[in-house]
Amino acid sequence: MYSCSGPGWGMIFSFDLLVNAIFSGILIGAFYAAVTAGVSLSFGILDVVNIAHPAFIILGSYIAYVINARLGLDPILASIIVTPGFYVLGAGIYQIYYASFEKRGQESLRGLAFFFGLLFITEVSLVLYFGVDYRYVEAAYIGPTWHLGAVDIPLRVLVPCVVSLLLIAALQLLLTRTFVGRAIMAVAQDQLALKLMAVDPIRIKRIAFGISIATASLAGAFLIIIQPVEPSVGREYIGRVFAICVLGGMGSLPGTLIAAMLIGIVESVTSTFYGPSWAPAVSFGFLLLTLAVRPAGLLGR
Amino acid sequence: MRSDLFLIICLIVAGVVFAAAVLLGNDYYFFAGYVVLQYVVLSTAWNILGGYCGYVNFGSAAFFALGAYAAVAVHRFNPLPIPVLVLIGGVVSGIVGFGMGYLTLRLRGAFFAIATLALAVVLQTLVVNWEYVGGSRGAYIVRPEAIAPLGSYIRYLFLIMLLLAVGAITAARLIERSRLGYGFATIRDDELAAEASGVPTLRLKLIATTISGALMGMAGAPLPYYIGFLQPSSAFGLDYAVNSIAMPLIGGTTSWVGPLIGAVLLGSLQQIATVTISSAVNLLIVGFLLVGFVIIAPNGIIGLVHRYIRHQPDKLVGRRHVNIDAPGSTR
Amino acid sequence: MTAMLEVDGLGKRFGGFVALEGISLSVRAGERIGLIGPNGSGKSTLVNCICGTLRNEAGTVRFDGQLLDGATAHQRTRRGLARTFQLPRPFVSLSLADNLRIPLLYTVAARAGGHRSVSEIVQRCGDLLREVGLERKAARLPRELTQVEMRKLELARAMAAEPKLLIADESMAGLTHSEVEEILMLLNRLNEQGVTIILIEHIMRAVMSFSQRLVVLVSGRKIADGDPNVVMRDPEVERAYLGQ
Repeated sequence: MYSCSGPGWGMIFSFDLLVNAIFSGILIGAFYAAVTAGVSLSFGILDVVNIAHPAFIILGSYIAYVINARLGLDPILASIIVTPGFYVLGAGIYQIYYASFEKRGQESLRGLAFFFGLLFITEVSLVLYFGVDYRYVEAAYIGPTWHLGAVDIPLRVLVPCVVSLLLIAALQLLLTRTFVGRAIMAVAQDQLALKLMAVDPIRIKRIAFGISIATASLAGAFLIIIQPVEPSVGREYIGRVFAICVLGGMGSLPGTLIAAMLIGIVESVTSTFYGPSWAPAVSFGFLLLTLAVRPAGLLGR
Repeated sequence: MRSDLFLIICLIVAGVVFAAAVLLGNDYYFFAGYVVLQYVVLSTAWNILGGYCGYVNFGSAAFFALGAYAAVAVHRFNPLPIPVLVLIGGVVSGIVGFGMGYLTLRLRGAFFAIATLALAVVLQTLVVNWEYVGGSRGAYIVRPEAIAPLGSYIRYLFLIMLLLAVGAITAARLIERSRLGYGFATIRDDELAAEASGVPTLRLKLIATTISGALMGMAGAPLPYYIGFLQPSSAFGLDYAVNSIAMPLIGGTTSWVGPLIGAVLLGSLQQIATVTISSAVNLLIVGFLLVGFVIIAPNGIIGLVHRYIRHQPDKLVGRRHVNIDAPGSTR
Repeated sequence: MTAMLEVDGLGKRFGGFVALEGISLSVRAGERIGLIGPNGSGKSTLVNCICGTLRNEAGTVRFDGQLLDGATAHQRTRRGLARTFQLPRPFVSLSLADNLRIPLLYTVAARAGGHRSVSEIVQRCGDLLREVGLERKAARLPRELTQVEMRKLELARAMAAEPKLLIADESMAGLTHSEVEEILMLLNRLNEQGVTIILIEHIMRAVMSFSQRLVVLVSGRKIADGDPNVVMRDPEVERAYLGQ
């Protein structure tokens, strides 16, 4: 298939290009997994359709930018400092969501609209405050590129990739080894059983949602390290994030990681050989396909 | 009230609106009014699937934009009169609506909503890569200067949109009061019980997505003539998606009145804000209103009216106050 | 004489959990069948599979001589199979009268010769509500009903579909003695009019007096099928209910 907006006529197939595409796809995939981890928690486990999650990530990006610009702090460090604030924000949002919608059983239409509204409020507020210029951060690892044989590994992608993997690992440990984590997994399955164990399911869900938004702070830092950010960048992540979440089996972090890398690779290869204008269709197309064929995802429940 | 009587009243009101706009003497009112009317159609269309059936469509912009691009594509081939383009836009978006329904309606509520978002982006990507209609660079459409006997071309566009709005409202009202409307309500309330009661839920949902999509496509068809330059990023803009959801939710999703109120109020507010403050603040207002209404007044303005003026408890829907002896409420 | 309902080797799993296995059941036209079994034995799952709400993986269901495989739930209802839900599922935004209107508009009207005029529909809704004692609340919404009244609405809605076979899933839960009698009279009247009835109940007195035949389900398997008195004395049935 020839695309007029692709890199020249025909497919200039080079093995080097392919290897690089796959490799960068894997690296980006890890980052995508960190971005999606929050949604795996909120949508996959708690069944809350927080489509505003990408907006919180962008918020995280901007906060990291401001701290980095004013204080010169490393963006990832900056985001870690801000994480408790995001947690509180998430807990607060869930409380409103629960009281207004979940309790009344209206989460499908009005709950969705609520998050949609939050998405807009966040994005437009950022536009009004920061403008539409692209913002970027400064750090020692933004710029240099490692060369391993035929493969180029930009450090600004590698570092977030590695930290993303750490984040995912930490979350998985949290969910499987700690009491709170296991309570979160339990609340998705059987709220009544939790109540009988004298654990307030609402409190657990609030904690889980808080953690979900807290990951957005970190993911935002990763994002702005990898690429310059402006407020509407979040929109292209909405579909990507839910595609990965669904593909990954809704709430399974390992599944999310695999799905994220898969999408990262496919997007990267498509972009390299067919041009970047087709890339958005890849993840969304994947999502549609998954929903149509196997809504339970690759490692589904 | 019988439907043909309602239609006549609507047309009379439309005539009055048009005359008033002409008397005001400033073409600006036609430009602004066009946008408001466009939102009346979009909100009403969205509400048929979203409010009546309970299926949230995030991809309204896609159907709207497809109507616009269908018009551009046909115009490039052979410039046809706008009413014909409107029909073509309706057919194209109706077919896509049917297709989308077929692919996604087996999905549970939230998945359906996400799927509509995905579909919108896929469609946008396809259009961005379609050189014939200008791709990402956009397409210019030259708007004729004037058309007799109305005067400037914008009056013609305004009139078309006015008639579309009348049509959309009449259609929504007709659906609401028919057997189809009852069926839609059961889908919204409890799909499982609906099936068990004999309602062919898949078929009805497909009807809803098709009608909804077609109306949105019709609203989009005149857009290239209105703005003169069509670009995917603006035509597929999330602004259309958020407005077509916010307006029915704020006005009230339970009847045709809600989207109308929401569109007129919110649309006018945005037009004023664009002129006086800035267009970015627009969306901020919409976002806040949406969140506020959804939390405080889930039944929208209609619900508030019920609560405070009629002194009735805020029933979640109560659009049909049925008396066991009420005749004629079903065909 | 062909059976009204013929279930043959029906099986249903949820992941690794076997909900139903090898269920075979034959119901003649006009029969009154009682279906009992401990909680979780699969009674409602069986109803869901017969009525099309769930798809069974194994076995077949024949209704009125026709194979039901692949038929959607609404198609089965139109063919004459109606059911109530164990936990009532009314249409919450519609009045009681409108709740009954739905089956009339969509099930009865879809059958040959089923078209009714508006006044006929309105009349029929009123009659049905009167039969279950809810006519005074015709214009109210379901959320204003008590649990008991919701079960009656559920039954009335199933009746509105003018079924050939009605499966009543725990319609009497929570009713008083006299209310149980009322429902039993209603079901008997329906049966006299020719409707085959499968009654799923825990109220043994009602089941024993109503059923011509008793079917017992335990852990997804049918363990007894026959005369109510004989079945209740079956040692395996006793074990299932009283434990060992």
